[in-house]
Order: sequence, then C-alpha cells, then structure tokens
Amino acid sequence: MSGEKLVGIVLVSHSAEVAASVAELAKGLAGGATAVPVAPAGGTEGGGLGTSAELISAAAASVDRGAGVAVLTDLGSAVLTVKALLAEGDELPDGTRLVDAPFVEGAVAAVVTASTGADLAAVEAAATEAYSYRKT
Amino acid sequence: MLDADFFRRWMAAAAASVGREAQRLTDLDSAIGDADHGINMQRGFTAVTAALAEEAPNTPGAVLILAGRQLISKVGGASGPLYGTLLRRTGKALGEAAEVSEGQLAAALRDGVDGVMKLGGAVPGDKTMIDALVPAVDALGEGFAAARAAAEQGAEATIPLQARKGRASYLGERSIGHQDPGATSSALLIAGLSAAAESAEG
Repeated sequence: MSGEKLVGIVLVSHSAEVAASVAELAKGLAGGATAVPVAPAGGTEGGGLGTSAELISAAAASVDRGAGVAVLTDLGSAVLTVKALLAEGDELPDGTRLVDAPFVEGAVAAVVTASTGADLAAVEAAATEAYSYRKT
Repeated sequence: MLDADFFRRWMAAAAASVGREAQRLTDLDSAIGDADHGINMQRGFTAVTAALAEEAPNTPGAVLILAGRQLISKVGGASGPLYGTLLRRTGKALGEAAEVSEGQLAAALRDGVDGVMKLGGAVPGDKTMIDALVPAVDALGEGFAAARAAAEQGAEATIPLQARKGRASYLGERSIGHQDPGATSSALLIAGLSAAAESAEG
C-alpha cells in the first residue's frame, strides 16, 4: 500500500469524543485499515462542545495524501464552518470536499471505500449512499 | 467617503457592544438555543480587535476580510462562519479601494447578507440574523441611523416568529415568544456602524 495515494477522511463533530470514537469505529469496521488516513476534528480547541476551524484545517492537512480529502460533519455549525473554510479557498488542501452523508454510517462507508484505493468521487458516493440504508 | 479608519471604528464599536451585551445574548440563547451566543460572539470580537491591532489593514475591504477570518476561526458555534462570511463577503465586494462611498458600502453589505443567506439557507421570517440584516441593508440608503433602527425593529419582530433554522427549529412552537439571539447580535453589529459614523462627526 505504501506510495499509494489514498483519500484522506476528516470527521467533524461537536464533541471530541464523538469524532474520535467514530474514527476508531470506522477504522475497526474497515478491517483495521490503518493505512487510511482518518483524523477526528471534534469540539472546540478548549475541549468544549462546538466546532473549531483551526482543528478542522489541521486535521485536513494531516490526512492529505494528494488524492483529496473527504470531510464528514455532524450538526449545524460543523457544516457551516466547513463550508466557510471551503469558501476561503486556501484554508483546506486542494481536493477537499464536504460530503453529504450520515455521520457514523457515512464514515464507515468512506473509510472502507478509501481503503481500497478508490478515488474521492467513489468515496463520496459510498458515504452519501449510506443515507439510502433504511432501518425500518 | 469612508476610509479604513471608519471600518476599524465600526469593528471596535461592535466589539464593545458585544462585550457589554454578552450576558443578554447568552440569556436570549438559553431560551431557544444552547446558551453560548454571548460568549461565542465575545470570543470572536476579542480576536477581531487583537488582529486589527496587530496587522493594521489599511483599506476598508482588508479590515472586514481580516475581521471575518477571525470570526470563522475563533467562534466555535454557527455564528462564527455566518458572521465571518458576512464580513468577508462584504470586504471582498469593497475591493482594494482606500475609501468607499456609503452607497458602495450598502451594495457590498447586501452581497454579504446574500452570502449569509446562501451559507445558512435562511430567508426572512425564519427567525434568524437575516431578520435584522435584510431590513438594515434595505434602510441603509437613508443613512446609518435608519439602518440601526431597522435592524433593532427587525430583531424585535422575531419575537412572535417560529424558528425554522438551527437548533431553535427543533423547539417548534416553543420558540415563539423569544427574541432571536442572532438577530439581536446583528442589530448590535449594525448599531456599531451608526456609532462609527457618529464618532467621525464628533
């Protein structure tokens, strides 16, 4: 796998614990696909509940392998902050995309798909498709 | 004409009133939100004040772009990207001119408000900051005092509305009867414009 350009994945939650746990869950369910660069960006810099643009930018930079970065978010301000950062133009790596997906299910689909070496469009499609899995 | 100094005074006036009214904003937010609007806005405008002192941008556009950037990076709630987008979009619309007319500011601020509506998906009547900002921009042609009054009236007019955006929307009818904290802080921002204009005359 070394040298392969993998899509990076950033998980943005209002809670540091939620972001970190979902990252662990997704990696675990991907068969321990530790090669996939996944970074949580949860809570504020001070450790509170909320969204931090600086944590998101740092997480995106840390998972960028040149194949694009898929960002999954939970609620309101997480979505708005990522959109605002994308509008800035230079705050996130080239090829960073906000993916419209359910947070937990989408993260698992994204990490599993990325672990196969799939491109950003395929990762995004898999994450978004998680919306179509009905539970009742 | 309005120079960079006017825009620095605007941001300083906004920072001062956000500081004074932080508790009131948080109290309003505790009724229908998550009780952090005052502290979030205060944190954001403290960062704006520090950045403007350090970098001393010398055009109106650069003042607003720097201020908006601080709000996006430091706030931690939805108000950060929303106000950050408002100021950045307005600043970009002003371009690199050293001085701008009141008419140019009005047009640029309309661009900024449009950017906020696009980012948040809110329209007038949703019980958001838009309900103060749109009337303020509409009144700006009649002067800063008129814009200030329109924003304050717009904020008060959110009281009977049911929230359709953000966390407050989950409350449904229970959001009725409370003034929207975002519309209230928007009225403070517009009042800062009026204060900046008055301090030039004084």
